[in-house]
Amino acid sequence: MKRPLTDALIITRRQLLLLRRVPEVLIFSTIQPVMFVLLFRYVFGGSITAGMPGGYVQFLMPGIFVQTVAFTLAGTASGVAEDMTKGLIDRYRSLPIARSALVFGKTLGDSTLNIVVLMTMGAAGYIVGWRPTSGLAKVLLAFLFLLAFGYSLSWIGIFIGLIAKDVRTVQNMSFLVTFPLTFLSNAFAPTTGMPRALQYFAEWNPVSTMVAATRELFGLKNSFGVTAGSFPSQHPLTMSFIYMIAIVMFFVPISVNKYKNVAKR
Amino acid sequence: MKSVVAEQLVKTYKSGNVRALDGLSLDVEEGTVLSVLGPNGAGKTTVVRILATLLAPDSGSATVGGIDVVRSPEKVREIIGLSGQYAALDEVLTGWDNLVMFGRLYHLSKKQAELRATELLERFSLTDSARRSIKTYSGGMRRRLDLAASLIVRPKVLFLDEPTTGLDPRGRQEMWGVIEELVTDGVTLLLTTQYLDEADQLADDIIVVDHGKVIARGTSDALKKQIGGEQLHVVVEQSNIAATMEIVAKVSQANVLLDEGLRRISAPVTTGSSALIDVLRLLDGVGIHPLDIALQRPSLDDVFMSLTGHAAEESVAAAEGKKMGKRSRK
Repeated sequence: MKRPLTDALIITRRQLLLLRRVPEVLIFSTIQPVMFVLLFRYVFGGSITAGMPGGYVQFLMPGIFVQTVAFTLAGTASGVAEDMTKGLIDRYRSLPIARSALVFGKTLGDSTLNIVVLMTMGAAGYIVGWRPTSGLAKVLLAFLFLLAFGYSLSWIGIFIGLIAKDVRTVQNMSFLVTFPLTFLSNAFAPTTGMPRALQYFAEWNPVSTMVAATRELFGLKNSFGVTAGSFPSQHPLTMSFIYMIAIVMFFVPISVNKYKNVAKR
Repeated sequence: MKSVVAEQLVKTYKSGNVRALDGLSLDVEEGTVLSVLGPNGAGKTTVVRILATLLAPDSGSATVGGIDVVRSPEKVREIIGLSGQYAALDEVLTGWDNLVMFGRLYHLSKKQAELRATELLERFSLTDSARRSIKTYSGGMRRRLDLAASLIVRPKVLFLDEPTTGLDPRGRQEMWGVIEELVTDGVTLLLTTQYLDEADQLADDIIVVDHGKVIARGTSDALKKQIGGEQLHVVVEQSNIAATMEIVAKVSQANVLLDEGLRRISAPVTTGSSALIDVLRLLDGVGIHPLDIALQRPSLDDVFMSLTGHAAEESVAAAEGKKMGKRSRK
């Protein structure tokens, strides 16, 4: 008898147990984003204020939220890679559980971590002056939206973890995916100030779309450069959903399939 | 009844065109221990992975507990336990956490899983470290915990892939003790090893595997006999050498060798201990009291040497040489 959901939740519980056994993980996963909030708020916040109602911090917070959620992809990937190199995957695969349980369980566990991280960052943002103007319902919706984005990205993390040779490679690969995507975006500075060629990339970048959607939900207006008028710039929320669904539709089957056929290293 | 049957398994790994299994067949009688003995790269792990449903064979078939591993892997997984070369545990979690989690994954209730974890920790002498992170465990402790994890649902068939590789002598002894106990409980066990003494100690039956093929099969005793009988060695005083050689020759009916420095007379015998008794009686009859007398059976190392053309100790080098394509046979 298979119980894919129950099995997945047992794996999720393992992820959460890890946080309890090694609280440092939780501390470091929250300290880093909080540091980013403080750094950007006080280092750039003074110079970048042009046309930003409420100051740079209003502009910045959605960007940092998205960036943080995107960076957790690396954690997911290293977790999977670690299980692979230690032969733990073999044990899971010899158990009478659904083959999807492990990977689903992991993505759920990492999303739970994201809840804690986002809440901490929200609090840190509030302290340094972040005040969303759209009302509580929309702010909560924005957080759900961020969690969903994080969840879809964790499937990319799973895939990287399954194909990478070791944990170090995973970190490099994740970095290569997340770093350019988060910085070549509208997360920290408006794209309108970038060179024209870069604007195309930055504005079609799913991270930008996601940031724009979050900004919208927090009650900010988005400004686009060269792609103003395009679908993503007009409907960032819808477009973000499309991106998320596309990521999940693509990476879930290939990851589950890869996991089924994977060999221990 | 046969608990495990594999017939003509073939598996080729695409990377490097290595034919890991080349028509390997084996079977394990219910409640017995089969040891798959061979050097690194012989295909031992591949067999285990196929039988444990982790890998599909290119051709051939296998059943575990009468269930086809390719057609119904889910059913096979319910009756097997697997403990691999590496302790497959969550390093960060405690021993307790690991056992409870795996118990839950075997569909035990929370209470059952906790009860079973307590039992197993007790049985494997890990109760004291149950609440410590596995990171702090010694190699032997990890292996024992890993074995415990594979026993959560009392599997009918247990696969142990090189259970003592990398352990210090004490860890090995402990592991052997644990495995022997399991065997007493009646579990069917398939164990791979590159240690000859391990196979000798634990297994009812041994198959010797090299290059993905079974090159010999039998009990430890039968394998030893297969490469020839025993050697009788007698050490006597200088003055008695000639007379002793005559007597040994009479019993042995074969060439008698003398090591003059050791004053040791050696000859092959086929009748085992009765040859030893005969020689002693004859020597006693003429008043010769040997300083030492021994019947030496060939070790499994000798078996391996004569079967594979390379000693087991050389196996690592041999396996590497094979990879580089410059391995030569004697």
